[in-house]
Amino acid sequence: MARESEILDEIKAEYVKDLLKQNKRVDDRGLMDYRAFSIEKGVFPNAEGSAMAHLGDTKVAAGIKFDIVKPYADRPTEGVFTVQAEYLPLAHPTFESGPPRENAIELARLVDRGIRSAECVDTASFFVEEEKVLGMFLDVYVLDHNGNLADCAALAGMSALANAKFPKIEDGAIVRQEFKGPLPLARHVVSATFEKINGVPILDAVSEEDTASDGRITLAISSDGFLCAAQKAKSAGFTSDELLSLFDVAKEKTKPLLDAVQK
Amino acid sequence: MEKEKKKLIVDGKRVNGRGFDDLRPLKVTAGVLKRADGSAMIEWGRNKVLAAVYGPREVFPKHLSDVKKAIINCRYSMAPFSGMEEHGRSGPNRRAIEIGKVAKHVFENAVLTHQFPKTQIDISMEVLQSDGGTRVAAITAASVALADAGIPMRDLVQGVSIGRVEGQLIVDLDKYEDNLGEADVPLIVSLRSKEVLLFQQDGRISREELQKMFELGFKGAELVRDVQVQALRQRYFETGDELNNHG
Repeated sequence: MARESEILDEIKAEYVKDLLKQNKRVDDRGLMDYRAFSIEKGVFPNAEGSAMAHLGDTKVAAGIKFDIVKPYADRPTEGVFTVQAEYLPLAHPTFESGPPRENAIELARLVDRGIRSAECVDTASFFVEEEKVLGMFLDVYVLDHNGNLADCAALAGMSALANAKFPKIEDGAIVRQEFKGPLPLARHVVSATFEKINGVPILDAVSEEDTASDGRITLAISSDGFLCAAQKAKSAGFTSDELLSLFDVAKEKTKPLLDAVQK
Repeated sequence: MEKEKKKLIVDGKRVNGRGFDDLRPLKVTAGVLKRADGSAMIEWGRNKVLAAVYGPREVFPKHLSDVKKAIINCRYSMAPFSGMEEHGRSGPNRRAIEIGKVAKHVFENAVLTHQFPKTQIDISMEVLQSDGGTRVAAITAASVALADAGIPMRDLVQGVSIGRVEGQLIVDLDKYEDNLGEADVPLIVSLRSKEVLLFQQDGRISREELQKMFELGFKGAELVRDVQVQALRQRYFETGDELNNHG
């Protein structure tokens, strides 16, 4: 039934809150633990870079394509980088077919900001010739939504980037399936998302925890330890002390993710 | 050889090394998604297609509901990164919408829709990597996803595409053969009723060729069916649980 899983999550949300009073979570994790994660790189070899990320039961695929595009008028020698996110109808009973809604747009922009601010990719190297630059398209495909899309999407997107190859260009056109070498990356970036439930922040929420929470903060952390994007969502606020201590937690907890991405 | 004339058949063999009626390696995995009521991943040659099913569930918007049977919705879409060429547009294009429609007709036949009046069954097929024959791959996967969702069907349907290149009929065209070949006929069949449920065609074909194509199609479908059954067996009999398998 269309609403069944949402109603279920709401019922479970009460249970989540009760458990949390004893510092416990539905799946017995510590409050600041990620679920088990894994990354498969190069799963779609037609794309110039690709990856599939699993974070618990949440699954996101990402693919990178390069095209020759016209540069922006104000940056005639710089390449173009675009992130799109799709909430596929097969990922959740409430997702519908159609143009991206606000959640998908927010997700894409969050992944985009992390990668852009971390300056992972040198878009100046994307210049081809006058009026021609490389456009790099990162598509984030949500396949199975079981909580914390933001971190799983960032992980998938970054992994696809780490898997990407720099296309070979001849006479101003891309030679498909031939490459100059790996796409050089200055650094890597992933994110840590915390949900605040009755004032208690937890890392990497599952769906029912997401439903129970009234505050969310996503922090994108680069491999050199900087905060590269942040997004506060939902109604509850965070104090600056809370945010600073979550930054510390995020930095520590994203280490294994950043290590895995670079492998 | 590549430059002047691209030959698809050399010394009685396809350039990809296959015999005329050889299928590409085919693998189906059932139950790959946790959220969906049923799901399957098909890897067919270089094709990778994910199919999932939600339902039977309440019809939305309500006025579309049918008091006699379940309505079937089918979405077929190709990921913008699925092709070897340029970045695609996201969401279904005109071709994809047409494929969604013919797929819907397949499942209106296969699913026992009268058992679920006033409900809808949503079938999603997402092509993550494409290399020719994605629609038959998608529908073959969706069929397994429906079985995985426990939805009763007249038959587990499947298919294969048949084409003609350089005058020779071949089974299971890859993208290269499809682009350079003379005809392409995707077929979805029910082996049980011996009926053709999806039949699209382009190119010029004689009556004799069509007859041969149907024969090849039904023969290919038998091989595909074995793989589908194996996938469902793996999911429910050998692993013996419903837990999501994180490949």
